[in-house]
Amino acid sequence: MSLAYQNSEDKTNKKEIKIIKKVLGANDIIANKLRHQFTEHNVFVLNMMSSPGSGKTTILQKTLAIVKKYFKCAVIVGDICTRNDADRLVQNGIPIVQINTDKFGGDCHLTALRIGEALENIDLNKTELLIIENIGNLVCPAEFDIGEDIKVAILSVTEGEDKPAKYPLMFRECSATLLNKIDLLPYVDFDPATAKKIIKLINPNMLTFELSAKTEEGFDLWISWLRKKVTSKLQTE
Amino acid sequence: MHEMGIALEIIDITIASVPHNRRVDEVKEINIQIGKFSTVSPVNLKFCFNIASADTELAKAHLSIEVIPVIVKCQNCKAQFEINEPIFKCKICYGTSVELVSGRELDIKSIEIENKE
Repeated sequence: MSLAYQNSEDKTNKKEIKIIKKVLGANDIIANKLRHQFTEHNVFVLNMMSSPGSGKTTILQKTLAIVKKYFKCAVIVGDICTRNDADRLVQNGIPIVQINTDKFGGDCHLTALRIGEALENIDLNKTELLIIENIGNLVCPAEFDIGEDIKVAILSVTEGEDKPAKYPLMFRECSATLLNKIDLLPYVDFDPATAKKIIKLINPNMLTFELSAKTEEGFDLWISWLRKKVTSKLQTE
Repeated sequence: MHEMGIALEIIDITIASVPHNRRVDEVKEINIQIGKFSTVSPVNLKFCFNIASADTELAKAHLSIEVIPVIVKCQNCKAQFEINEPIFKCKICYGTSVELVSGRELDIKSIEIENKE
């Protein structure tokens, strides 16, 4: 990329060189390339994000068990360390790539570069739905475009209703929230209505699906929404 | 949270932006814009930049950060205003279709180099 220099000299004996460049521009360029690649291969990409322990992997396990009947699926799982998530998911018989950012604790988010590397192990010609399970963190993953079609946040009822207000960028960036572990509602002080009200203030267009990955209650609505999203991209290609 | 990575990016971009006839160690100031609605903390970024630049040619460069307010525009009544909490609602017409005008910046605006003349 060429830089347009516009020099201006001031009286303080310094010369200012205008740059005007996004610090994360390098990531954005790769993310756009990935997006193009996904569209070319007719692949719908879902980026799943949440705090650690919200139930991402269990939701993914249960979701894959259903959607694999409709679409050819592949999964990229991001974790700082361990292959535990990949091992849990592998039983679905779906191609799965585990990204570890570092053995002793590395990046707090997945970057477009890491997704590009993971794609070397996924055949996009045989994939219609690629689900990326991001690193458990409500802060940084929201900032990094990884070429996805939609971002979905998971919030569990053991976390507190005000989490969206504490991590607003995450909830502003996502198209849907999965409110997980509703089977625990009788035992925790969590009011789904309050959580949804807070989410709506940050993102009025946000859809919230109340569900339990354990009992699969509420999965119908989430799955039918996801199927509709995937199908509409596949049909327009 | 990922300020160290951001600091390293800033160092790379700055080094690549120095004109060919000047030296990297002549950079005095790096001017950055950070939107309040980005996930980057200015204090932590400065801390990380100082550590990351210490053993480089940018050791003497100063990171100057301008914090950009979160400005939204109502798509309904076109009112434009600053918000200080993440409530995306028009304060004039109470419409909920508001778009971000600023606040997501994470940009290098310019660098300043000692004037030789």
